[in-house]
Amino acid sequence: MTDVLTAHPRRRPFVARYPSAVVFLAILALFTLGVTILAEGFGIGVISTSFVKTLGKTLCLCLVALAMDLVWGYCGILSLGHMAFFGIGGYAIGMWLMYARTEIIVRESLAAAPLPPTPQEISDGIAGQIFGVVGASEFPPIWALAHSLPLQLLAVVLVPGLIALVFGWLAFRSRVTGVYLSILTQAMTLALSLYLFQNDSGLRGNNGLSGLQNLPGLSQVPQSTISIIFLWASALALGLGYLLCAWVVSGQFGSVIRAIRDDEARVRFLGYSVEAYKLFIFTFTAVIAGIAGALYYPQAGIINPAEIAPIASIYLAVWVAIGGRGKLYGAVIGAAFVSLLSTWFTGGQAPDINLGFYTIQWVDWWTILLGLSFVAVTLFAPRGIGGLIDLITERRHPDRHGADLGPDPGALQEKEADR
Amino acid sequence: MTPVIRRLAACLLFCLSCAPAASAQERNTPIQLLLQEHGAQIKKSSRKSIGPAIDALAASGSEDARRVLERWQAKDMWFDKESGLFVFAQKADGGDLRLFDVAGAAEIGLAPKADFKQLKPNSGIRGMIAAALVQFQLNAPDPETRATALTAIERDAEPSHLTALRASLGKETEPALKTRKERLERLLTIRFAEDEAERIAAIKDFSGDLGVDLRAALTPLVATRLAVAPRTETLSPDVRIVTVGDTLARAQAYDLLVEKELAPPRTDPDSLRETLIANIEGHKIAGVRIATLNTDTARARAYESLAIQGLAQPLVTEEDVTEALQRFAFFEVFVGAPLPVARAAEVALQDIEAKLALSQTVDLALDGLSLASIYFLAAIGLAITFGVMGVINMAHGEFIMMGAYTGYVVQLFVPDYTLSILLAIPLAFAVTFGAGVAMERLVIRWLYHRPLETLLATFGVSIALQQLAKNIFGTQARPLTAPGWLDGSLVINDVIAISYIRIAIFVLALIFLAVFLFVMNRTRLGLEVRAVTQNPRMASSMGINPDRINMLTFGFGSGIAGIAGVAIGLYAKVTSEMGSDYIVQSFMTVVVGGVGNIWGTLLGATLVGTLQKGIEWLNPSNTLAAQTYMILFIILFIQFRPRGIIALKGRAAEA
Repeated sequence: MTDVLTAHPRRRPFVARYPSAVVFLAILALFTLGVTILAEGFGIGVISTSFVKTLGKTLCLCLVALAMDLVWGYCGILSLGHMAFFGIGGYAIGMWLMYARTEIIVRESLAAAPLPPTPQEISDGIAGQIFGVVGASEFPPIWALAHSLPLQLLAVVLVPGLIALVFGWLAFRSRVTGVYLSILTQAMTLALSLYLFQNDSGLRGNNGLSGLQNLPGLSQVPQSTISIIFLWASALALGLGYLLCAWVVSGQFGSVIRAIRDDEARVRFLGYSVEAYKLFIFTFTAVIAGIAGALYYPQAGIINPAEIAPIASIYLAVWVAIGGRGKLYGAVIGAAFVSLLSTWFTGGQAPDINLGFYTIQWVDWWTILLGLSFVAVTLFAPRGIGGLIDLITERRHPDRHGADLGPDPGALQEKEADR
Repeated sequence: MTPVIRRLAACLLFCLSCAPAASAQERNTPIQLLLQEHGAQIKKSSRKSIGPAIDALAASGSEDARRVLERWQAKDMWFDKESGLFVFAQKADGGDLRLFDVAGAAEIGLAPKADFKQLKPNSGIRGMIAAALVQFQLNAPDPETRATALTAIERDAEPSHLTALRASLGKETEPALKTRKERLERLLTIRFAEDEAERIAAIKDFSGDLGVDLRAALTPLVATRLAVAPRTETLSPDVRIVTVGDTLARAQAYDLLVEKELAPPRTDPDSLRETLIANIEGHKIAGVRIATLNTDTARARAYESLAIQGLAQPLVTEEDVTEALQRFAFFEVFVGAPLPVARAAEVALQDIEAKLALSQTVDLALDGLSLASIYFLAAIGLAITFGVMGVINMAHGEFIMMGAYTGYVVQLFVPDYTLSILLAIPLAFAVTFGAGVAMERLVIRWLYHRPLETLLATFGVSIALQQLAKNIFGTQARPLTAPGWLDGSLVINDVIAISYIRIAIFVLALIFLAVFLFVMNRTRLGLEVRAVTQNPRMASSMGINPDRINMLTFGFGSGIAGIAGVAIGLYAKVTSEMGSDYIVQSFMTVVVGGVGNIWGTLLGATLVGTLQKGIEWLNPSNTLAAQTYMILFIILFIQFRPRGIIALKGRAAEA
């Protein structure tokens, strides 16, 4: 077997193996530049600041959709928990944002006092401000690192990563696969959101963390500028994430995880440690989701446990499925398309349809349309919108036996197919 | 006119106006005599001296005495300034009084107000009158009045009630009231009797009783007061020593020392800061620059130098507190009752606690069982579609919701609750059966070998159905009212009580189990279902139509979800989100129990239900936390038994 692998002809360069990455990066760069020029902050002011924020948030959603595509579309693990990792990332950065900003306010108010404040007084003041709404006045232990930006940034990566590592290790070790794993991840998400809903969770319960759009120390910088900064940061993260994901899936590693998706047992018999591969992908994508969340919530301004509810992760799966799983650009297209459309419909901007006897108001009916189109995509177009690109480029699929079951031509046999 | 004549005329006028009142008033009625006997105290109206007067009235026991007490309490009693006779009076027009006789309350006539003085009992006296009145109420001919009086005493007992109650015991004729009176008498004896032996005997009489009223009577008896004495002193063996830091918080113990002036007040950070601020001189405090005072140690140092200069109380540090606490012993003294009574009460309470714990465990188990039957109801439909057919239906929760809304709509048209529930159950089955068959035909049939995609597609249906319900019925919760005969609860003792709705749900769960077992094991449909799920090709070669069987099975599972929806709607409110509240737990129930086995689902529901109630009991304020920990437990449980409690073996497992 090693002979076969080493005897592989000289590997082609990354760009040749993954040409869509270059196209994608170019489009992303053009998009970011275009928005910057048209935005209020720097350019000619055609695009409002709030819409720049919406676009920035959409880029973050694209990033988490990439992660979802990697874990589901490529590795076949339908995780219904990646929005929880996204939320954890948001909470991690939100804790620092809230702490640092409150610290500035408290220091200002204490500066007028006759005695210079002690560290304990400052800490008590901040805790009182932050936890007053849940009737507490002391910092819970999980806020121990909130005063430091580097440590909290580390938490953005480490906390989702560690949770995914432990959960994934437990789940994959006992060979929980397929729909069971999906339900288990959904249960994990539900447990997390229920936990956060409590007032004594230490994260302000139902109130969540708020005021995240105000960056500490940058209060004189207008929101229009900050929105552009976050747009660039999100675009950079998305670009890097895309490259990283493309690099992961284009090499030998990518072949193994696709093989795991198509026939897990066979890959195990070939001598690969299936669990290790799955665990790596699960943890890696959880980290990406956490980073995406950390970029998303400063633009959204508020995070609360409802954002982590299982339904959010289901929507994530919906985006990827509509965009076309098993293709990185499919995930990006799906997330951007559906979330922007969703904003348009639920924002009340879509025109109502008057049927004479009944007026369809899209604020109410959009979710139904989304649900039904999701059913339709699953039934009739498993390749999603990305499949259209295949049609246009007339890419040929390898001729294989059996019915075309999966999202991409490789996924002929999902593990459960022979049940 | 001479002055003599004028005086005569005035006299005549006076006689004319008073004559009817004075003449009609009988001086020698027993009640008037009784009042006159105590006239001085009554008129003085002082709480200290009034006792004998009220007691005498109460002791007379006559109807007149009762009326006097009532009117007196209502400030309707007046007395003639001249003769000292008591009358009832009401203010009439023109500043006159309408008088009534204290005996028999017959009207006497009008009289000028100036000749009479009103008795104005203060609240203390009114309370004493009320207590005296109780005795009359306890002996009233109307049983309802007696019952009301008993309730009043139960709610707010006073020492004086005990005698009245004992006096009325012998005269009671109603057996139910007599039992109540006897119990109340024992309780009041515990609380108010003078004789210690009597109280202890009463406490012993109650052994084995768990009543809330008994606990309420006993608890004040064991009340303690925290006391302190120097360690050098020998303590009486009757007191209970309390160790600081163990059962008594340091701060609380030290506060007691300060209160008793055995130790100087602790210098808390606030007072320390206040003192420092009060002593600011320019930019310095006690020679220390203010800017450097941004740590607690620096502040303490500055404060100490202030203390040395005599500008502040000496600083009391934590070490001082520890030292002071070591010098004293803390102990508790019974203050609620004399020592023997308190000891007896304590023993009785401990006994009650032990029995209570047992009852609570039983109650908890019942609670868990009823939650388990709800989970079982929610999951049994899934046990068919997911467990038997292997189809993941994420819209299962929405079928439950559809069933509940069907019940709600039926109640809109049929106002009789019993009839409407009886109608709603088959109708809910029909509606969700139809919905299930439609979904199977339109969606699931195309995805039989792709479970992940089934999961996604049914998610789409679930999202759409939920929003549809929101559009039709709005976001607020809709009521599904249970028939009157399901109201209330079955009370076994003061702790164990279970509502009839929960019993009904439990019974319904058992019925479902029986129906499921019957259909699967005893009918043609069940046989064909099992055949198709094990081997569809073989089944179809035997002349079974797998399409039809799949459709019917899915419809059957969905229909049961609809009926479950009606039951759950009775117990909780009907909202568009009620399905998603149960979906994860339902799947957990099926997975924990073991897929494909109804007994497994039953065990899974029992495990999940009792576990959740158990965790809730450990932390009762927080049901959210209970759910969180329950889910975490299940995730761990699946690690050790990935195939559930009852795992299928052999050929069935591969099917």
